[in-house]
Amino acid sequence: MAAETRPKRPIRWHIAVFLAPAVLVYTAIMILPLAGTLQLSLFRNIEQSQVFVGLANFRTLFGDPNWSAGFWNALRNNVWFFIIHMLVQNPIGVLLAALLSSPRLRFAAFYRTAIFVPTILSFVIVGFAWKLILSPLWGVAPHLLDLVGLKSLFTPWLGKEEYALTALSLISVWQFVGIPMMLIYAALLSIPDEVIEAAECDGITGMAQFWKIKLPLILPSIGIISILTFVGNFNAFDLIYTAQGALAGPNYSTDILGTFLYRAFFGFQLQIGDPNMGAAIATMMFLIILGGVCVYLFLIQTRLRRYQF
Amino acid sequence: MTTKLLTALLLGTSILGSAGVAYAEDVTLNIESWRGDDLTIWKDKLIPAFEAKNPGIKVVFAPSAPTEYDAALGAKLTAGSAGDLITCRPFDKSLVLYQKGNLADLSALPGMENFSPVAKSAWQTDDGKATFCVPMASVIHGFIYNKDAFDKLGIKVPTTNEEFYAALDKIKADGTYIPMAMGTKDLWEAATMGYQNIGPNYWKGEEGRQALIKGEQKLTDADWVEPYKELAKWKPYLGDGFEAQTYPDSQNLFTLGRAAIYPAGSWEIALFNTQAQFKMGAFPPPVQKAGDTCYISDHTDIGMGLNAASKNADAAKKFLSWVASPDFATIYANALPGFFSLNNTPVKMEDPLAQEFVSWRGKCKSTIRSTYQILGRGTPNLENETWVESANVINGTDTPEAAAKKLQDGLDSWYKPAK
Repeated sequence: MAAETRPKRPIRWHIAVFLAPAVLVYTAIMILPLAGTLQLSLFRNIEQSQVFVGLANFRTLFGDPNWSAGFWNALRNNVWFFIIHMLVQNPIGVLLAALLSSPRLRFAAFYRTAIFVPTILSFVIVGFAWKLILSPLWGVAPHLLDLVGLKSLFTPWLGKEEYALTALSLISVWQFVGIPMMLIYAALLSIPDEVIEAAECDGITGMAQFWKIKLPLILPSIGIISILTFVGNFNAFDLIYTAQGALAGPNYSTDILGTFLYRAFFGFQLQIGDPNMGAAIATMMFLIILGGVCVYLFLIQTRLRRYQF
Repeated sequence: MTTKLLTALLLGTSILGSAGVAYAEDVTLNIESWRGDDLTIWKDKLIPAFEAKNPGIKVVFAPSAPTEYDAALGAKLTAGSAGDLITCRPFDKSLVLYQKGNLADLSALPGMENFSPVAKSAWQTDDGKATFCVPMASVIHGFIYNKDAFDKLGIKVPTTNEEFYAALDKIKADGTYIPMAMGTKDLWEAATMGYQNIGPNYWKGEEGRQALIKGEQKLTDADWVEPYKELAKWKPYLGDGFEAQTYPDSQNLFTLGRAAIYPAGSWEIALFNTQAQFKMGAFPPPVQKAGDTCYISDHTDIGMGLNAASKNADAAKKFLSWVASPDFATIYANALPGFFSLNNTPVKMEDPLAQEFVSWRGKCKSTIRSTYQILGRGTPNLENETWVESANVINGTDTPEAAAKKLQDGLDSWYKPAK
């Protein structure tokens, strides 16, 4: 029987069939538009027809001082936007998660929900609500500061070049701090009790337990959160647009890549949109994000130690 | 909800309209517009007035949402389903339609002679040879003030710069009112209500604007920097935290009676009349020295053109001639105080504030905003940059000279004046 040749394997159609819906949908709504954008960035509208111009749009973007100044300004602002998120949002997220997972905390479910709620709010609501809160005329911020005798600290943050971007970053942190909190919270809960008990037997408790046992175990989650923050920040647009408008004032100090792209692509007021230059900017955003994700995947993720229980 | 109602209304009118065609063999004209707010004015006042004089022509006003208008109109024109009459945006958006052959040349239309060259400039080819829309309305810039506050403090309406600042100082010293309601958060307030409001007095209206287009003057010339120097002086008179004050904030500050002077556009009149509980007056941008010629920004905003593919061109031209007549101007200007007819024949208006605004046309010279015609085309866009720089100057983050230089550099990068 052993010598009998095995019947030829039938073609496994079911694999293709089961993959098809996802592949088709993903191709249609993600890959094709992406390819379309990349293609658009290589063309230019000359006398009502699209002409292939190679990398000329990119040369304009980086060579023409008017475009390149705008681009580098937007990129710089975007990096600052990201730094604030990494330095404020994620540590606070970890801290909140650590507090929430403490067994002695009462009303943990309530806090968890309350902190997470802003995440599901629309950008438009968040933008307008904060604009009102910080309004020097009708806002509660000057009044509240007055109550504690710190009225002198109040300035119209959203209208000052030096503060506007930081203020907006912090608003965004307020809105999204729920996401790292939830992810880290889930990671903390998944640490088996045996590990914690073993640590306690070895006399590691309290803060030392957090630093030496829990933190290394949640590092992969922190990595994932960092990369999510990176992608989210470099794609950001909505908050700036609702709070500061498409010109991202004052003096472009809150202009990030998203708003820069918007103005180039769709135009604004008298400025007529230029889809080709817009696509060139979109391509640069894609490359920046791709680069960042690659750095993470190949340099950081592979070095993170994983623990199997 | 409103959209649904509007759609229902439109459906209703269009069915009725076509019914009219079927039974009475009337000609039906459709008007494309973005002014949904004006629907009742057209339906109840303007169209009946026209139809009474022109039996056999029916007119249907069919607006779409302002944000969708340009795209929807473009699609309809391509598909050949657009209305006979097209409401024109000023400058390039309509010019492009004309160049594509969507709008007919109306230079020879009877009634066109009722308009001045400035009024027609928004709907002309760059060389001024062809006019393709009938000018309907413009908005005028100036200052609206709280009359009660002025009376209480004993301030005379300022006519010169010196009086203007004296008035501001007096209001500031008194402390009851914020001298001037303006913010820089939304940027355009600083440019439109600031720079374009007071500027014409310095660059001498049309003279300077044309010279700028021809390349004979530059934005860095004294005439163009001077208005920025004035704007820089406004800072101490604005409310606390004006850097984060938005346009609706400014409107509210003024209508609540907390501010004394509001740098305005005449489109505010209707809203202010319903909201403000005090008497209001208006004055034109103050001149530098008593006796100087005054210039005002009388900016063309809305016009009406003929769809080149219209099958009822003759009836449509009849309608457009009526739009160019003083009859139309009287009804329109009274129904929409603050949107002034561009007709040469003076229009009698009921609203005192609107009367005040329009009376300046008699004593001052009119011009339009400097950044719109031709200069508003390229990238970096002069109009948008003017928003940013005007706000910078008021915030004190840019000097007037630096702001002017940035604008001129941006303009130079793409605009080569015809030699």
